[in-house]
Amino acid sequence: MSALTEELREKIRAEFPKYPNKRAVTLPALHIVHDALRCVSTESIREIAGLLELHPSEVHDTMSFYNFFKDEHHPLGKHRVWFCRSISCMLRGGEELLGQVCEKYNVKPGETSADGKFTLEFAECLGACEGAPCALVDEDCHMSLDVASASKLIDELK
Amino acid sequence: MPKFEPVLLARIHTPDSHKLETYQRDGGYQGLRKALDLAPADVTNLVKDSGLRGRGGAGFPCGLKWTFLPKDHPGPIYLCINADESEPGTFNNRYLMEMDPHQLIEGIAIACHAIKSNKAYLYLRFEYGLSYRRLDAAIKECYAAGLLGKNILGKGFDLDIVLHRGAAAYICGEETGLIESLEGKRAWPRIKPPFPAIEGLFRKPTIVNNVETLCCVKQIIDRGKEWFQSIGVKPDPSNPRDAGSYGPKLYTVSGHVNKPCCVELPLGVTARELIDEHAGGVWKGRKAKAVVPGGISMGFLSDKELDTPLDFNGPGKVGCLGLGTAAVVVVDDQTNMVDVLYNCARFFSHESCGQCTPCREGTNWMTRILERIRSGQGSMRDLDLLTEVASSMGIIPGTTICGLSDGAAWPVKNAIQKFRGDFEEYINSARKSVTPYPVGAH
Ligand SMILES: Cc1cc2nc3c(=O)[nH]c(=O)nc-3n(C[C@H](O)[C@H](O)[C@H](O)COP(=O)(O)O)c2cc1C
Ligand code: SF4
Ligand code: FES
Repeated sequence: MSALTEELREKIRAEFPKYPNKRAVTLPALHIVHDALRCVSTESIREIAGLLELHPSEVHDTMSFYNFFKDEHHPLGKHRVWFCRSISCMLRGGEELLGQVCEKYNVKPGETSADGKFTLEFAECLGACEGAPCALVDEDCHMSLDVASASKLIDELK
Repeated sequence: MPKFEPVLLARIHTPDSHKLETYQRDGGYQGLRKALDLAPADVTNLVKDSGLRGRGGAGFPCGLKWTFLPKDHPGPIYLCINADESEPGTFNNRYLMEMDPHQLIEGIAIACHAIKSNKAYLYLRFEYGLSYRRLDAAIKECYAAGLLGKNILGKGFDLDIVLHRGAAAYICGEETGLIESLEGKRAWPRIKPPFPAIEGLFRKPTIVNNVETLCCVKQIIDRGKEWFQSIGVKPDPSNPRDAGSYGPKLYTVSGHVNKPCCVELPLGVTARELIDEHAGGVWKGRKAKAVVPGGISMGFLSDKELDTPLDFNGPGKVGCLGLGTAAVVVVDDQTNMVDVLYNCARFFSHESCGQCTPCREGTNWMTRILERIRSGQGSMRDLDLLTEVASSMGIIPGTTICGLSDGAAWPVKNAIQKFRGDFEEYINSARKSVTPYPVGAH
């Protein structure tokens, strides 16, 4: 059975006309697969390489450069929550906040909560320093957090 | 001084400022119409004569860079828009993309006409979700309105813009790292020359410009080069190579201030004015101990250097690396510089692409030495060791491929030189700092 559904393949193919060669679709393809399947498995890498006419090692080389993508041994939870640890957030308690969240939910950065609801990450500057400390929940940034508001965000995740 | 009226940020409080309808109501895309009636070389000359310098960090003259493209090239020529904005403390590109995406798109179209490009790739850092949605919607509006695609405004100009999302890596902001990443490879910066203008994306002539730079281009077309030169700081007459610091600039102020903000002012405002008049002063009634002038790569100003004008020359005169991204981060007098510097060093060791040994090893060792100091095991020798490692890495000493390394070295050099007392006191006391969460493999 193939790892990529026809729908995912179609989404990847839809990227082809935007670039003069298929290799440039590597990052878009990785995003499409990673977002839908919550990881990029070895089999997915093979199938992406097939679509892009690359060697699987080329896709793997790119994928592994960006710590962003998870392999099948460390799949993402349903959501991904990134707490910023860089300077402006650190100066306003960002590191302590991340520590409190780790303790409260019993997860370390890079790990997924036991119920599979969210993967916790530290982030480098999220570009929202006016709202330090801040966190990115999937694709939305939440600013000026403390442990209460951050917990509320996490608890309300569906 | 009369209050400066924002231009780049003029529309951000307009309801629905991100939509085409309000943008056109406010006169949007008239600049593009005007530019398309000019020959590409005339647009380039206008931008060149305005004195606009790149806002992405290096301050290279924008129009001059465009003239480096080969003449009469059969094409394709590409424009890459650098929206990777990841320098800690920096968030002005985000404001421009979220609140006024059409201003950027108009700037892109004008620039593409000038450099004879029909294809622009906008490299957006992944974390900017709202920017992504707003730009995606704005680009679709433009295609539907004949402002992108074929025969734009009926003037025979074709342009496609592709939004390309990054994957959370700072090095993708370095222009050749960006190009490699766009090509589907690891973002390893290239050895230059060749510069991108000669051989860039897909080995074709390529211009890389920052988001704010392109927004300035659009304003220069609308308002003229004289307007641009009426703002900011004139070239230093004693330095024949100085190109001046003209135009408005977005400054971001964060850290220990009452009102962190993104504010548009003439280039050359001082750090003190930014903190006191625009960011509500240092928080909790405290004083500033150190101020980052333009993103952490630029190093630190001490409390005695707060009257430094933040133009392209000012920070360099007091030992900083430069103006960088004009991101000001304020550190109050109750904070220890050991912790601040550790945070900076850890950032660079996390973000080094690993290609050059002095950078990969140097950023790691500086972080580990600072960890040792923070664990209470530091010695005075460590301070000289830090300076020694920092002095050996970067483009300036000639040991690395890109400027990440210089940016990693600078805060270390500045901190040890300007705040040595903090480090000595820390080492002599029984102080310890721990990172309050478990840190994984990197
Ligand atoms: C490590 C590193 C990171 C950079 N990150 C960015 C960035 O996020 N955005 C940006 O516009 N320029 C960044 N730059 C500068 C770019 O290499 C390049 O100079 C700039 O995009 C050119 O555009 P401009 O001339 O319009 O400023 C970075 C440079 C280095 C060395
Ligand atoms: S200086 Fe550092 S970040 Fe730049 S290419 Fe070399 S190793 Fe990579
Ligand atoms: S330092 Fe946290 S968002 Fe910039």
